[in-house]
Amino acid sequence: MRKVTKALLVSLLALFMAGCGKPRGNEYHQIVRTKTITWGIKTDTRLFGLLSVKSGKEEGFELDLARAMTKQMLGPTGQAKFVQTTAKTKIPLLLSRSVDVVLATMTITPARQKIVAFTHPYFAAGQSILVKDASPIKGIKSLNRHGIVVLAVKGTTAVDNMKKFAPKARVQEYDDYGQAFAALKSGQGDAMTTDNGILAGIASENRGYHLAGKTFTDEPYGMALNKHQPDLRNALNQALAALKQNGTYRRLVEKWFTGIKGFSVKEAEH
Amino acid sequence: MFTLFANNWSTYLSGFGHTIAGSVLALIASLILGTVFALLEVSESRALRGLASTYIEIFRNIPLLVVTMVFYLVIPMYVVKINGFTAGTIGLSLYTSAFIAETIRSGINAVGDGQMEGARSNGMTYVEAMRYVILPQAFRFSLPALGNQFVNLIKNSSVLSFVAGFDLMYQADSIAFSTYQVIPSYLIVGIFYLILTMPLSYYMKHLEKGGRKQDV
Amino acid sequence: MSSFVQAYQWVNLRFLLQGFWLTIEVSLISITISFILGLILGTLRFSRIRYVSAIEGFVIDLIRNLPLLLIIFFTYFGLPQFGIRVSPFGAAVSALVIFESAMISEIVRGGLAAIDPGQMEGARSNGMSYMQAMVHVIIPQALTKMIPALLSQFVSLVKDTSLATIILLPELLYRAQIIYSQNSTYMIPMYLMISILYFAICFTLSQLAKRLARRLA
Repeated sequence: MRKVTKALLVSLLALFMAGCGKPRGNEYHQIVRTKTITWGIKTDTRLFGLLSVKSGKEEGFELDLARAMTKQMLGPTGQAKFVQTTAKTKIPLLLSRSVDVVLATMTITPARQKIVAFTHPYFAAGQSILVKDASPIKGIKSLNRHGIVVLAVKGTTAVDNMKKFAPKARVQEYDDYGQAFAALKSGQGDAMTTDNGILAGIASENRGYHLAGKTFTDEPYGMALNKHQPDLRNALNQALAALKQNGTYRRLVEKWFTGIKGFSVKEAEH
Repeated sequence: MFTLFANNWSTYLSGFGHTIAGSVLALIASLILGTVFALLEVSESRALRGLASTYIEIFRNIPLLVVTMVFYLVIPMYVVKINGFTAGTIGLSLYTSAFIAETIRSGINAVGDGQMEGARSNGMTYVEAMRYVILPQAFRFSLPALGNQFVNLIKNSSVLSFVAGFDLMYQADSIAFSTYQVIPSYLIVGIFYLILTMPLSYYMKHLEKGGRKQDV
Repeated sequence: MSSFVQAYQWVNLRFLLQGFWLTIEVSLISITISFILGLILGTLRFSRIRYVSAIEGFVIDLIRNLPLLLIIFFTYFGLPQFGIRVSPFGAAVSALVIFESAMISEIVRGGLAAIDPGQMEGARSNGMSYMQAMVHVIIPQALTKMIPALLSQFVSLVKDTSLATIILLPELLYRAQIIYSQNSTYMIPMYLMISILYFAICFTLSQLAKRLARRLA
């Protein structure tokens, strides 16, 4: 029996390992051939990508940008397919090729650049904190105390940044922004932290909460794709540059971010 | 996978500890609650029987995750502040107690009315008869089924990961999505779960077989 | 109180009911496939074919002793590594089928073991082959006996679909979370509503199980 166990475990492992290092074809050629780009997007992030209760569809700046990018790259018959991701699942889904490109409030960081490739930035965000109006917390400095609980989302840069900026606080991680905010509302923590644009979206819909202090990091968002796909990367960068040039990009930024409290359209544009 | 474990073993072990602690606490609580509701279900009072079966039906027919979320999100807003581990353990206890109540109740039924009558006619009160005659037999009778409930409970304790309960699953998530070695990280916690559940469920199978032989 | 009235406005209810429908859809598909698979696997294990039954039994025991949540992750992140692009729907259904057919096969094996071996001998001595005896004599009898256990396993399956929110399957719980994350005063009304909806399906199924159990006893 023990031998059988061992053999099974080893073969199971071998199967999984075998899947990992597979060489990939040219993803850009595939995209052009199928006339379809599969985008990894958010469904829990107001203003960027949110599943709307009214229409039952995903809506937001990044959704519009993905559609515009698709048309720019593949012409009017190009299809944009959307796959929902969360902060924690976006890189695994990209690596497993469940999506072609991730366009999901993803910060370009050196650590991530070791694993995936990025386009030029398309949005300039910065980390901030969200608190109840009555909270004594004024900014990142007041978080660096023992006994403070900060709520964040699994797999975000915010989790790593907290180790640097407020190492004394305890961080609790959730699967998505909705769950993290629900936990804040229930008093499971003192503050919630992530990028300013995302927090501004939450604060704009929920009275009694505000962003405390200024942003304390730079979080340039980029579209992520698999490594060793120079054709796809160039095509994405060219399309983004074209959208910036012809005014589409600016129109989308203004459509989604004009008049949002604690947020400057000028700063967001990249 | 081995280097992944070598680099993060303390995190995995802490998760293992939380999983064991949560499961054992929930087991104790749900055994107590389950026995109480089983006794209410076989009691002579109609109101108490109704109360017990309402409780049991509610927790048997609503997903554990929903129960746990309610304890984690709703209770702190109105009643008392509880953390994820506590909320998760309470959810697990209530959910499992409904199943344990059913198991023990069928154990009591299997012991039969004759025993109760016999004990009563020997001068025992209802409570004494339950305490010294019926319940011990009912427990022995339902031991394999109770063991299987405990296996389920250990597996179900993975819902703690939804509420930041620092259990195995939560730590696996956290390591998987910071190292991007998703499958290896989950394989490691899979082995941890099997270390807990496999011996237990094989032992229960062994008990079941033994029990059957004695009956024949 | 007014938050309840607002929470149950038609747009929200419609959004929830779409999730409810998906929950039912996923449940029905998974129940059907895992029942068939479980029947085959359980019979196979019961038949004690050299090596095959032993290895199969071991794999089934492995699956039965792992949390379903873990299996959902394996299908969602693992299948694409073999070149299979799965949607949350596909990943959820395959995880449920893998887990539940293992659970059901155990029920089936137990049910078959409870049938008097004399039945098999009788059928064989009447000239039936092993397969014929299984299909026409043993399995039908065992099935009637295991209906209650099967039904309560199906109830578990329906409840377990809620775990698929973790891979963003837009079922009932996921949609409730979307609604209250957009307006957090809706949290309690949403949990109340989905509890009622889950209860409605599961209670119906478990009452059915109880009634059948009583009739068959």
